[in-house]
Amino acid sequence: MATSETNGNPTAPVPPEAGRSGFPARSMVGAGGGAQGGVGAGARRRKPIFRIGARIGNATFVAIAVAVFVLLGLVWWAATASGWVKPIFLPSPVAVWTQLVKLAGDGTLWADAKISIYRIMVGFLIASAMAIPIGVLIGCFRIWEAAIEPLVDFVRYMPVVAFVPLTILWAGTADTQKFLIIWIGTFFQQVLMVMDNVKRVPPDFIGLGRTLGLPERKILTRIVVRSALPGIWDTLRISLGWAWTWLVLAELVAATSGLGYRITVSQRYFQTNTIIGYILLLGLLGLITDQVMKALERVLFGYARRGR
Amino acid sequence: MKLVVENVSRVFPGVRGGEPVRALEPTNLQVATNDFISVVGPSGCGKSTLLRIIAGLDRPSAGRVLLDGKPVAGPGPDRGVVFQSYTLFPWLTVADNIAFGLREKGLPERQRREIVASYIDKVGLRGFENHWPKQLSGGMQQRTAVARALANNPEVLLLDEPFGALDNQTRGLMQELLLGIWEREQKTVIFVTHDIEEAIFIGSRVLVMSARPGRIKTDMPVELAHPRHYTVKTSPAFSALKARLTDELRDEAVHAANEH
Repeated sequence: MATSETNGNPTAPVPPEAGRSGFPARSMVGAGGGAQGGVGAGARRRKPIFRIGARIGNATFVAIAVAVFVLLGLVWWAATASGWVKPIFLPSPVAVWTQLVKLAGDGTLWADAKISIYRIMVGFLIASAMAIPIGVLIGCFRIWEAAIEPLVDFVRYMPVVAFVPLTILWAGTADTQKFLIIWIGTFFQQVLMVMDNVKRVPPDFIGLGRTLGLPERKILTRIVVRSALPGIWDTLRISLGWAWTWLVLAELVAATSGLGYRITVSQRYFQTNTIIGYILLLGLLGLITDQVMKALERVLFGYARRGR
Repeated sequence: MKLVVENVSRVFPGVRGGEPVRALEPTNLQVATNDFISVVGPSGCGKSTLLRIIAGLDRPSAGRVLLDGKPVAGPGPDRGVVFQSYTLFPWLTVADNIAFGLREKGLPERQRREIVASYIDKVGLRGFENHWPKQLSGGMQQRTAVARALANNPEVLLLDEPFGALDNQTRGLMQELLLGIWEREQKTVIFVTHDIEEAIFIGSRVLVMSARPGRIKTDMPVELAHPRHYTVKTSPAFSALKARLTDELRDEAVHAANEH
């Protein structure tokens, strides 16, 4: 392939101009600087779909993803419409939808979602605001790593669920307790992941900063953190997904409002349609936040994305 | 003397109770102002260790390095480094990468822009100022890295196999580019490579290093007239030098290979 000949870095394709630019600084006679055109020629051969890493078009990707949702929806519909499953265990998609529309209409759904989103935002922001600086510190300094990493690793393996009774004892059933559970569930994971993001900064970046005469403090902020930023963003995106789980857990056990609370209440009245509707809604909310984070990632860190 | 390496040695502690590794035997080296020294040797001969010690990125176990008569205590902007790995910051454009050191030094924007523009021209990257590093080929990335190092106007330029990851043709062009800049601007340069031809073509003096323990085996001047055209590589004088150094290096490579 034309690209791999002229390009030392396999992840970065040469722009078509590269071959033509040559080096004006010295004589080019016979040096072959212009012979690098033709990028992409011969790259369009048909390859089997089940070759490892084989690419598919964007449209195909979306079509397959949508088809899976539709298929599962159809299975669900068929199972309920045929009477194979009783509505008390699994109501039909239509019943779930009408229930959701009803709850949205009388404002219950919005109120529940609002309080839950508020809780997850506060809890997640507190956890992230603490985890990022601490993760950066232990990723950079072995002394901090020795002091904090084993402890965090220890706490990380304590099941969050087991903290629920304790947090109720400490903080009652108010919002503080929800923040606490979200914090326990995400902070310790985030710290270790951010540490890892920081440790992945190429050592030569740091060496380079030193040879440019930057003081350590500036190397930390201008190079290490800056370089780790896309990774840290990814950490936030992934841990936000977990935060949803802990939020609902906290609301299921002890709450007087929120999406989790509504699910518990609905169980008491056998309102399976509400339960399923809310579970789907939670999935949807998670999907939306994930997509928003991904879109922001593309905007903020577009420079780092691998070229197609 | 611009740069003096005085009895510098480096011993790496043994891993898990193993023998300590003598990466660099006590080494002496004197580099005159505006000299271009190539250091060539098999992998594991300590050539990169020597360079990193001069850069201040590694500490010698014994001995010291003097720059303009003053001992080197750590890395600093007086010794610019170009690494083998691609070290352009992906979040900065080509121009901002070159300007990075200048900006941190607090140079006013107008001056910064002038310096950057002049080096963009010198390394032939005009039109690519606003490209991201990921949009560049390996050769272009290394040209930017050279420009970034030079833009800070270091006393000594240290290059650690900067073209090692490039293909042959690009590497040849990069050698011409670097040599051309050196011929026009003069600079004290230490250039580490494992490629004999590259070492001879680009250097005014070639040091051959031997492996395990690493030490300087041969110190040979390259008496080829400047400016050197790439066609010099096919001249009899060049071939004679290459034959001699190949012989010396082969012994070392055989040595090193047998020890593993």
